[in-house]
Amino acid sequence: MAAVQDTIDQVKAIDVDQYKYGFSTELEVDKAPIGLSEDIVRLISAKKNEPEWMLEWRLDAYRRWLTMREPEWARLDYPKIDFNEIYYYAAPKMNAAPQTLDDVDPAILETYKKLGIPLREQEILAGVQTSKVAVDAVFDSVSVATTFKAELAKAGVIFCSISEAMREHPDLVRKYLGTVVPVTDNYYATLNCAVFTDGSFVYIPKGVRCPMELSTYFRINERNTGQFERTLIIAEEGSYVSYLEGCTAPQRDENQLHAAVVELITHDDAEIKYSTVQNWYPGDKDGKGGIYNFVTKRGDCRGKNSKISWTQVETGSAITWKYPSCILRGEGSRGEFYSIAVSNGRQQVDSGTKMIHLGKNTTSRIISKGISAGHSQNTYRGQVSAHRKATNARNFTNCDSLLIGDQCGAHTVPYMEANNASAIFEHEATTSKISEDQMFYCQQRGLDAEEATALIVNGFVKDVLQQLPMEFAVEAQKLISISLEGSVG
Amino acid sequence: MLEIKNLHVAIEDKKILNGLTLTVNDGEVAAIMGPNGSGKSTLSYVIAGKPDYDILDGEILLNGVNVLDMEAHERAAAGLFLAFQYPLEIPGVTTMTFLKSAMNAQRKSRGEDELPVAEFMKRVKAASDRLGIAQDMLRRGLNVGFSGGEKKRMEILQMALLEPQFCILDETDSGLDIDALKIVSEGVNVLRDSKRSFLVITHYQRLLNYFVPDTVHVMAHGQVVKTGGKELALELEASGYADYKTLAA
Repeated sequence: MAAVQDTIDQVKAIDVDQYKYGFSTELEVDKAPIGLSEDIVRLISAKKNEPEWMLEWRLDAYRRWLTMREPEWARLDYPKIDFNEIYYYAAPKMNAAPQTLDDVDPAILETYKKLGIPLREQEILAGVQTSKVAVDAVFDSVSVATTFKAELAKAGVIFCSISEAMREHPDLVRKYLGTVVPVTDNYYATLNCAVFTDGSFVYIPKGVRCPMELSTYFRINERNTGQFERTLIIAEEGSYVSYLEGCTAPQRDENQLHAAVVELITHDDAEIKYSTVQNWYPGDKDGKGGIYNFVTKRGDCRGKNSKISWTQVETGSAITWKYPSCILRGEGSRGEFYSIAVSNGRQQVDSGTKMIHLGKNTTSRIISKGISAGHSQNTYRGQVSAHRKATNARNFTNCDSLLIGDQCGAHTVPYMEANNASAIFEHEATTSKISEDQMFYCQQRGLDAEEATALIVNGFVKDVLQQLPMEFAVEAQKLISISLEGSVG
Repeated sequence: MLEIKNLHVAIEDKKILNGLTLTVNDGEVAAIMGPNGSGKSTLSYVIAGKPDYDILDGEILLNGVNVLDMEAHERAAAGLFLAFQYPLEIPGVTTMTFLKSAMNAQRKSRGEDELPVAEFMKRVKAASDRLGIAQDMLRRGLNVGFSGGEKKRMEILQMALLEPQFCILDETDSGLDIDALKIVSEGVNVLRDSKRSFLVITHYQRLLNYFVPDTVHVMAHGQVVKTGGKELALELEASGYADYKTLAA
């Protein structure tokens, strides 16, 4: 019995303070006054030298937002957010638009170096990395650097910050922005429309297979600052791109808000593969601090036989509210969602996906793996629907939950709606616990408790890890074991 | 050599072992027989270090070292192996991955280098061929969807590869048909040598026809109540356990 008691004690004493990106960077900062008003929206737009139509778009969003209410349907419990206690714009003081890395504050470069994000192309080329990854680095409210732009331009690929895209490629931005996630979509998306500050823009022309992985790395640094980024990816006919997103934040006692919008558009036969490793600061073991992550991610398979695939590994944030979705409009289009959501300590996750089948012969696949430890709550929420015109729509959903310890919770909330008789939806769900018998079996073969847990968890998430690009999969596997450290005795 | 001295064990305030004493010498195959509820499986779990039990008194010495102070994985590295009566399933972890992790974990705790992959593969191939285990089974999740017989063979495969010094077989014969029983027995017989000892827990004489013990111990009420040679198993087969149910009461 003694050992069982030890296990329980260790789960009780769970420590999520394993977060190794919790440092902060001291910088001179250009900050907007605290709080939100039309003036702040105007100020953000002016900071970015935006065209008039963009300002009008933002103001329209802001006025609509004022009439909206926060959604309360998620299984999340947190104090009401005071939107007037947040800074909506914070940028490191530097040249308006740094032309080379030499214009960027060395402290920022040092920050990315510490995070292991290479920003100097020659260092990447000199490094041992076999595959090249182009990076857009977003620091608080602004993009500080984008690598390999010239090389990508040769292939016709546009990869830059969305602020730059608004100046350099206004027609493209205007044509697509807000067409997947409309201005009035939901409370947080509408807020994002009003105050978004930066993010990445990707355009892959017809028939081009993007020659390298693209990636955006988000870092929240400033205290009491919200990060509202906007990402827009367009894949023209027959093109392909694989895009990675990573995020971290300093360890702070206050909660910080992150409300992003990501829009993906694929035309005929195009494919976007979007992978996220979300590692925002999760708060300490008592649930103090951590990021509130309210994110709207949606892809629109506009063209025939196009494909959008979301893969996410979620280990961070105090609160996660996030449902990367696919609108399967084009005939024969395909949506995929692969997710690993790990929660420990006092983390709360409400995440899942929506697969909206509108076109004929559309298919979708959902594989969700939730792992809960400590006192965390982990909910999968999914919606699969077939329009009456979506004949032969097919969906396969598998969502599995794994519980470590007996203080945590796993919940599954699937909605399914088929409006035509030819649609076939399959749903499988399991909830299991790492049993003491399984642990003992592994330990009897020579693995210690940590090794045994890692082995069992890796087996559990294997289907999803296989979907990640190689370098990322290794990183994600490490991240998952760090997140669960101390969860088993 | 394994020595169990005056072992008293309870689970949830229920006394299971009552001063059990038993010695198994190097190279010896000792069978433990006894009626249901006599404490046979508890004994195997306690030796292997399952955490649910309260050890009230006594010692378990492996080569003179008290293993009761060690955690389960340390006992495994010290050479204790338990072939489970009901092997566990580990979904998503292939048998190959599991074998490699276990082997290297044990080598690591003994301060040895990891086994080179080629050598590992060679050993797995040899042992699985001997046990009639198809290679594609090794690439499936450990024990997931395996039949009872396949699971028992997997246990013996692990035993063969981990090369333990002291092996406990907990009702390895249960759920096996006669052909599977022969294959498993042959697999175990190959592992018999002058250094390695076995504790074979079984209800029936059947297994002992193929895997012939040096000594047979009869357990009742958490104690060893009678010890004899291999002929004792045959006597029990004929007379049943009725006498022993009252003997220690």
